[in-house]
Order: sequence, then structure tokens, then C-alpha cells
Amino acid sequence: MSTSDMRPDDGSEAASGAYILEARNIVKLFGDLRANDDIDLSLKPGEIHALLGENGAGKSTLVKIIYGALQPTSGQVFWQGAPVTISNPAAARDLGIGMVFQHFSLFDALTVTQNIALALKGERDLKALAGRIETVSADYGLPLRPGALVADLSVGERQRIEVVRCLLQEPRLLILDEPTAVLTPQEADQLFVTLERLAGEGCAVLYISHRLEEVKRLCHDATILRLGRLVARVDPQQESAASLAKHMIGTDVAALRSGSGAATGAPLLELAGLSMPTDDPFGVALKSIDLVVRSGEVVAVAGVAGNGQSELFDAISGERTSKSADAVKLAGAPCGRESITQRRRRDAAFVPEERLGHAAIADLPLSENLVLTHHAVGNDVVRNGLINRGAARDVMARVAEHYDVRKNLTDPEASALSGGNLQKFVVGRELDRKPGILVVHQPTWGVDAGAAAFIRQSLVDMARSGSAVLMISQDLDEIFEIADRIAVISRGELSEAYPAAELSPERIGLLMAGTHEKAGRDAERGAEA
Amino acid sequence: MILRLERRSQRSTLMAFLSPLLAIGLTLALGAIMFVALGFDPGKALYIYFIEPLTSAWSIEEVVVKAAPLILIGVGLAVCYTANVWNIGAEGQLTMGALVGASIPIYFPDWQSPLVLLLMLVLGIAGGALFAAIPAFLKNRFSANEILTSLMLVYVAQLLLDWLIRGAWRDPDGYNFPQSILFEGWQVIPPLGDGRVHIGAIFAVVAVIIVAFMMGRTLRGFEIRVIGTSPRAGSFAGFKGKRVVLFCFMLSGALAGLAGICEVAGPSGQLQPHVSPGYGFTAIIVAFLGRLNPIGVFFAGVLLAISYMGGEAVQVELGISDKTTQVFQGMLLFLILACDTLIRYRIRLVSPGR
Repeated sequence: MSTSDMRPDDGSEAASGAYILEARNIVKLFGDLRANDDIDLSLKPGEIHALLGENGAGKSTLVKIIYGALQPTSGQVFWQGAPVTISNPAAARDLGIGMVFQHFSLFDALTVTQNIALALKGERDLKALAGRIETVSADYGLPLRPGALVADLSVGERQRIEVVRCLLQEPRLLILDEPTAVLTPQEADQLFVTLERLAGEGCAVLYISHRLEEVKRLCHDATILRLGRLVARVDPQQESAASLAKHMIGTDVAALRSGSGAATGAPLLELAGLSMPTDDPFGVALKSIDLVVRSGEVVAVAGVAGNGQSELFDAISGERTSKSADAVKLAGAPCGRESITQRRRRDAAFVPEERLGHAAIADLPLSENLVLTHHAVGNDVVRNGLINRGAARDVMARVAEHYDVRKNLTDPEASALSGGNLQKFVVGRELDRKPGILVVHQPTWGVDAGAAAFIRQSLVDMARSGSAVLMISQDLDEIFEIADRIAVISRGELSEAYPAAELSPERIGLLMAGTHEKAGRDAERGAEA
Repeated sequence: MILRLERRSQRSTLMAFLSPLLAIGLTLALGAIMFVALGFDPGKALYIYFIEPLTSAWSIEEVVVKAAPLILIGVGLAVCYTANVWNIGAEGQLTMGALVGASIPIYFPDWQSPLVLLLMLVLGIAGGALFAAIPAFLKNRFSANEILTSLMLVYVAQLLLDWLIRGAWRDPDGYNFPQSILFEGWQVIPPLGDGRVHIGAIFAVVAVIIVAFMMGRTLRGFEIRVIGTSPRAGSFAGFKGKRVVLFCFMLSGALAGLAGICEVAGPSGQLQPHVSPGYGFTAIIVAFLGRLNPIGVFFAGVLLAISYMGGEAVQVELGISDKTTQVFQGMLLFLILACDTLIRYRIRLVSPGR
């Protein structure tokens, strides 16, 4: 690690042992919900500190309080030992706190320099700024071309813009919210080098993540939250991933019963030379995709976000139809030109990535959300064009009971459910039909560990009972947990599906980076690495 | 202290019901201020405006005559707006329905048979529906904004009517007045009883019932609601947005066309340069005031019909311009849209700084 000190006042002010940031007894109430309940957090300069917890544990609330986006109901924040009130993010930035959000706020149609200039106060001289961007990004091993359009950049490169934007403000504390969720393993490695370099220079890093292996590797200290309370302050180097997970979720996660993964059943879902152009300038075209999913197996499509996953899902579900009928076959029947309704009638079921706005409608009660996908398939919910509300409510109640959808009204609007419960509903809605073919996209995205384990178990059970399950996911742990075979999508091209046992995360990382795309690129990649 | 809007976790059913009443209350209060500013006793003016129309059999009948077209058009527009399809051109569809339906008595003045009336109604409906299909086609084919196209087509329809009525369709014995021959016998819609109320009022009630059933119970109604709230979820459900656009436009056009032919074959009894006093535009307010709900549209239609009567009454009795009708209608639409915010949000008083 480099120990060269770029900031002159570092070291003099932050005497060793003194905290750069301390938050004491932070309480934040949202109505009756105690999102943060008496939480303490302290960071020393030069430390990489992990903030761990499940969804809903209160991590985001705590971080927003530190970044000035929320005000605590009670409790006090200290900056370099002095009590401060951080009334807004601008005030936080003035103190020297930088934050990289999980969802980037970048303008696709502007260049890297223009985007950064928008975020910096009083930055008029774009040429000088471009120069600084180039220096800083090269310095920290985050190569960026200042003149590139954001629309042309990969997700990893977009994240670099956000990191470089923070670095230009010479932060004393850098907060990163799940930074590796969108990165390939190689890109993540590169980010870790940068963070270690920053810490070596005395900058404190608050690192929010679900990925325990990363935390063990990178972080010096960890604060673990559960249900809004502080449950442990541990040294991650001394813990195992399992013991960290136990702190986070309280109980041990149910081990998955996957049974024998021998898939020799009939092919139920076949894609052959599936190509589809995109009309969206920021979309990804599908290029000659081949895949077979057999009865009894779970096949996963891995890949970094934005490599054609949504387009692939839409092409299989029939929301976008292809020119050739033979490109998609369900149970042997060519249906590339059929609508989603016709494909559902061929015993296929689909669960898209977005819960609200795609799989379900926020303002409609659950029973009507059930009608969304059940109107087409032969049951009592819709007959002769008339909706049988009683039947819809009955099926909804059955789904809710069987899939443990927790709700406080008998038939609440979808928006009233928490993310995990709504996800259990939209998955359960399809599983209730016992479909022969199930295609799911990000089945446990943003869902807590308990619900995620339950959903994954349901998918495995579905396959073992003879269905073909295709899962598109960005979560490698999830993929290795339940997939029998794994294919990787990169820039609209899909690799061959390999048996899960034959693939290591490193090999998948290489596939994600596109080694399967065109033979010629292999050399190029090798040279880069 | 500052006011802040806070999002509610669920739609407030109470506010969905109270919002139109609140808007009506605020409209009356602002109306009172307007009358004071004009130098009139606000109590008396509001009485003449809103209560007096309900005090005589004649004026109640007149309210029904005016409410019928407002409700007919209003339920159609309510379906459109539920689907997020912005048909602003009901006035033009009404004019086109009236014009096409009236062509029968104008070209065959001596034909007398029940078939004539039936044919006039069918042509009125077809005229409105096909005219409304134009903006639907332009939207589906070229992504043309339907608010602009449907509104501009209003003037096309009105100018076409004007041209015909001053030219080919002018009554040869009409002393050069721009109007058609008077319709008679089976060319006129039979009245209910001996007043001016005619069968059109029944059409309005039937339309309310059918549309209420369609929206609440059928898959078609569900499709319209889904496409209106979330086109992406609608496409996932297998519903086709373009089909919904065409259906909504043609349904509301058909109802507006029916209102149009009922107007010329009913109270007017002939084609004149102005078929309606702006029913097609006022029905936009009716649809929103009625919560885009057919039953609500029924009551809103009656209320707006009273406002037309009130405008005439204050003109006669107090000498105030009948433009007050439009002022009241405008305030009502503005306030109803503002009050609707409270269904999704609540108002909180917060002290600044914290």
C-alpha cells in the first residue's frame, strides 16, 4: 500500500485513537416504526468500517442521518470530536463527507466531466476539471475518460464517476452503499485496491454490504444492525462468514434442500437463435441466444446488470415477440410470435424483476393484482369476460397463506406491503398455478434473508416436482445455491450453460466480462488483466 | 410554521369521498367573494344561482334536459381518463354525431317511419365514434398527442357544420337564417310526458348503468383501469395499450355523438350553428367531479346542469353576465383537482428548522 500522504493536514488533526465521526444514541422514528433505536457508530481515520444488516435493519436510515438527508429524532453526531448538526447533504460535503449511492444519479446524455461539474459547487472551468478528473482517476487506479458519454459506459465505469466525484472533494469520510452489487469480481477487486489506498491516506471509509466475504477481506471493524438496533461491534477478520450472518439475521438461515440435481427430463423451454434488436437507445440487443431448460432443473442466467437480462426476460415472456416462431419453444411448441397470454396458456409463468409497476400495480388491491396474470389461464377468476371477485379473493388468500405473505388488511393495496412480502406474493401468484415452465428475474432482489431462503426453496421444489425453472439473477451466491446449470449473459450474448459444479466464481467473472462473446476478444481481455 | 404534504401509505377512501364536497364548498365561498366584488348580496346571488333552479317544475325539467347530455358524455370521458387517454374533443364528436344523424331528415325530409329515428340515432353514434377514432389512430400510429389532435378536431367539426348550415343544408324557406329545416314526426325524439324532457334522459341513465357494470365487473373494464395506472404492468398482463386507446375513444365518441343527435332531434328540432352550449367541454368537469366513477358522474352531471340554469337566472334577475357560468365551472374543475391531492397526501404543519 502506498503511504504517501497527499493531504497536508492529515495526521496532524486526526491523532491516532481519535474518532473522525461518532454518532451516539441515534434514534429515528417514522410514525410508530423505530428505524434506528439507540445506535452508536464510530470511525477512526484510515479505517474501513463495515455496516452490516439485512434489508430493513436500519442501515440506510443511519447513513442518511450521517449524510444529512435525514435528521435524527434524538441522539448526537460528532465530527472530529465536536457536536455537529448536519442539516443537508451539502453541509455533509462541506464537512468532508462523500457518499456513493447504490443507485447512481447520472445524466445519460451528458459526458463524465459535465456530470461531475453538475455535482460540484461553482465548477465553471470544464477543461481544468477534465484535467483534474484524469489525474485523480489515474492516481487511484480508476481509469475514466472525461469526455465519454455516460450512456456509453458500463455500470462499473458509472460507479467510478461517482467515486471520482467524491474524491475530487477530498473527503475525510467516504460512504459506499453496496458498491459491489453491480460489479464483476474483477471490477470489485479494483475498487478494493482504491479503497485500501484511500484508507492508507487517512480517509475513513464506511462500507455497507451484504457480502460477508468481502467484508472479511476488506474491513477492519464492523457494526451490525438488526431491526433498527445495534447487535454487535466485531472485528470481521476474527469472524467467519457464518458467524457474521448469524449476527445479522439472528437465527441460522435454513439450509437449502436441493435434492438430486440430475436433469434428464424433456426440454420444456428452448431458445434457438433468439435475436432481437432494441428500439431503446440505452437498451441491449439480444444476439442469437441458444438455451435449453429441461423438466426438473433450475438453470440460472448470471450477469452484471444491464447486459440484456430485461430484454431476454421480455423476449421469453412474450412482452416482446420475435420475428421467428421457432426462436422460442415452450413444451416443444414454437411460439416466438405469440403474445404473453398465449404463452401463459402453454403452461408458462413469468415473474419480472420490478415488483411494483411491472409485476404488480401499487394502487390495486392484491386480489386485483392476482387477476393480472390469472385472467388468461383456465380457472374461475375470469369467466366469459366477467371477473369473479370472490374467486380472486379466495385464490389471493390461498397464495398469501401458503407463501407467508404478511399483510395487515385482508386485501391491501400492493403498495402497502413490504418489498419482501410483495415479492413472496408475486412469486406465489405464479407458483400457485403449478406451471410447467417458470421464468423468474431477480427473484430475491431486495428481500431479507428469511424470505429469500423461502423463495429459493420454492423454486427448487418447483423444479423437483417436474417443472423447468429459468432464473435470471445478478446474485452469484443465490445462483450457486440453487442452480443446476449456469449460463452467463454479457452484452446481449449468452454463454453455453455449464453444470454449476464445473464453474468457479472466478470463471463466471471472466464470462461476465465477455470472454465467450467473440474469440478475438480473449486476447484483448488477457492483456488487460 | 410551514405546510408540508406527506404521502399516505394507503389511498384515503374518506378523502376520495370528501374531496368533491370540499371543492364544491370552496367554489361556493370563492363565488360569494366574486359576487361581493361585483357589488351583489352574495347570499341572494348564490340562492338564485344554485337553489332557485330546483324550485319550479319547469326549471327542474330544464335541469334534466341539460344533465342528460352532460352525463352521457361524462361517463364516456370518465372511461377515457381512467385509461389515461385524454379525449378533450367530445364537443367535436358531439357536433359530428349531430351532423351525421341530421343528414337523414335533411336529405329525406318526407320520409316518415320509426326507422328514421332509429337510423338517425345509429348514425349519430357512428358519426361520433368514427370521428373520435381519428385522434386514436393518430396516437397509435404516429404517437401524436391526443390532447392536441382531439381538441383541434373540435374546430374542424364546428366549421364543417357552419359551412353546411350556411350553404347546402340551409332551410330554403328560412329567410337566410343559418339553420336547417325543422324536423317533425319520426324525425324528432318523442318527449317523456308533455314537457321538454325526452328519451335522451333514459339513454343517460342506461349508459351510466352499463358503464358502471363494465368498469367494475368485466375484464374489459379491468384492462382499461390497468392500462391507465401502469402500461408496463398492463403489457405484462397481456393487455394491449393501443386497443384500449381505440376502444376508449370510440366509446366516448359514440356517447358524445348520441348526445349530439339527441340534442338536435330533441330540444332544438333542427340543426343550428351551435349544437350545444359547450356540453362536450363541461363534461370534462363532470367526469372529474364524479371521480371518474359512472355513478359519481351522474350526480356531477346534475350539479353542472344546475350551474347552466343558475347562470341564466342571475343574468335575468341580477343582470350579471352569464359568463359567470364558465367562471364557476372553471373554479370547480381547478379546485377538484387541487383537493384530489388530499386522497394521496395529508397536510402537516411543521415548524421550520427541524
